[in-house]
Amino acid sequence: MQFNGLRLLWEGLTGHKGWGPLWRDPDPKPEYDILVVGGGGHGLATAYYLASIFGQARVAVLEKGWLGSGNIGRNTTIIRSNYLLPGNEPFYEFSMKLWEGLEQEFNFNAMVSQRGILNLCHSDGQRDAFRRRGNAMLLAGADAELLDRDGVRAMYPYLNFANARFPIKGGLLQRRAGTARHDGVAWGYARGADRKGVDIIQNCEVTGFRIDGGAVRGVETTRGYIGAKKVGVAVAGSTGRVMAHAGMRLPIESHVLQAFVSEGLKPIIDGVITFGAGHFYVSQSDKGGLVFGGDIDGYNSYAQRGNLPAVEDVAECGMAILPALGRARLLRSWGGTTDMSMDGSPIIDATPVQGLYLNAGWCYGGFKATPASGYAFAHLLATGRPHDTATAFRLDRFARGCPIDENGAGAQPNLH
Amino acid sequence: MLIPHPLLGPRDAQEFTYLGDAALLNRPEGGDEAAFHAYTHLRDNPAGPHRELWYHEQGDRSWLVVTRDTATHEIVAAELAMDVKGAAR
Ligand SMILES: Cc1cc2nc3c(=O)[nH]c(=O)nc-3n(C[C@H](O)[C@H](O)[C@H](O)COP(=O)(O)OP(=O)(O)OC[C@H]3O[C@@H](n4cnc5c(N)ncnc54)[C@H](O)[C@@H]3O)c2cc1C
Repeated sequence: MQFNGLRLLWEGLTGHKGWGPLWRDPDPKPEYDILVVGGGGHGLATAYYLASIFGQARVAVLEKGWLGSGNIGRNTTIIRSNYLLPGNEPFYEFSMKLWEGLEQEFNFNAMVSQRGILNLCHSDGQRDAFRRRGNAMLLAGADAELLDRDGVRAMYPYLNFANARFPIKGGLLQRRAGTARHDGVAWGYARGADRKGVDIIQNCEVTGFRIDGGAVRGVETTRGYIGAKKVGVAVAGSTGRVMAHAGMRLPIESHVLQAFVSEGLKPIIDGVITFGAGHFYVSQSDKGGLVFGGDIDGYNSYAQRGNLPAVEDVAECGMAILPALGRARLLRSWGGTTDMSMDGSPIIDATPVQGLYLNAGWCYGGFKATPASGYAFAHLLATGRPHDTATAFRLDRFARGCPIDENGAGAQPNLH
Repeated sequence: MLIPHPLLGPRDAQEFTYLGDAALLNRPEGGDEAAFHAYTHLRDNPAGPHRELWYHEQGDRSWLVVTRDTATHEIVAAELAMDVKGAAR
């Protein structure tokens, strides 16, 4: 399905009856070279780059539900590359660069909007930490600016500058960061992959792996056995459940993260703002809704819904910096299951089972990583070697004592 | 969520902090690196009944082992961790 202005005009005049599906709905073949398990953003991007960059012709994506039913359709769409550690920052900046060319690349409107992200700081120590982080970003080729209080006031005069408990001391601004339409990203990658011959197989849950002599031979699914030379698993919040079928215990806990959207309002927030003394972030969608969220609920969960204490906490943090938020009515809230790793950083690696690869541990921040995660996972699946920007995301880094712990919180997933 | 505290009756989960899988009660002896890595980093992470440690920080400061379904959030049991630990000895 191809879009253009003339076609849109014609369909508009004739009742929009001529649009077709964006991708095929094929039955699974008996065997593929590479199977990607999970039709979320990362799985679809992996399949897309396998076909487009790494020349793989026999690839399928297996999705348990419908395409986009997981976190790719539930997140708050923030994209950024403002990380600190050398294991992380070059990877996220690679992702940011892929975002910048994404719509041209797959010829689909993903509404990538580089509206900037501003992280507020509320103490002198935090300002020092932001300066350090900003320098780390610049070293990795990203952009960063440190704003003082007046600089923040010039951008967002309605923030609470009179808050005695959490005074706004300044902020770290990344102008190239922003938001993207999450569904559009999934659809763009899906259509692109499908056109390059990838079979996207929905309603096909992987229920087991066939492992023979230490090597994977294929997967058992609700639509029968499918053989494969290599299998890449990218199932985000379901990672623990799926990899248990291969007998693996992982450095991951599944937790619930909630998000919220207000009624549609006139434009007030043209970028992304984050609170530095608690966990709260907010942006405004093109429809006018304030999209915001905060911390995970904090206990293991696969329920895809959270509880009221986290709602209260998010509301309190929001009110601490943006009192006007109190006048907005909440329209919806929802939850998604996030794969919280032991150091808050992801895993893109081979596993002890030959031919079985893992892409996981994205915590609450894997949307921004979608293009680079897909690219790096495709690189690993096709060449057997990690991508240059993803060499630190090893599965055995915990056993080796080399975690990538941005927050310095230790092996406590609910604190990352 | 309401946690049925064995001594204090039903308490709001907000009064507690969460640590994780109750297997953390069984800390291996020092020296065995592989066992200590598994203890510190690896989790069963089940979808379904999960025995887990909650600390009644804003209450009587006891540690509880709570059995909760991670797929529904239903809480089916809560015991004092010291009893669980004692029974395991
Ligand atoms: C509320 C919320 C807000 C967020 N906000 C942001 C944000 O602002 N910025 C950001 O960068 N990140 C954010 N994230 C994180 C981000 O959404 C995730 O890290 C990312 O989407 C995970 O990768 P994915 O898209 O591949 O996951 P998913 O879309 O969850 O894909 C995994 C897929 O695997 C499928 N699957 C599971 N089990 C099986 C099986 N057995 N067989 C076959 N298929 C299976 C699932 O159905 C699912 O479709 C947020 C997450 C949540 C929940």
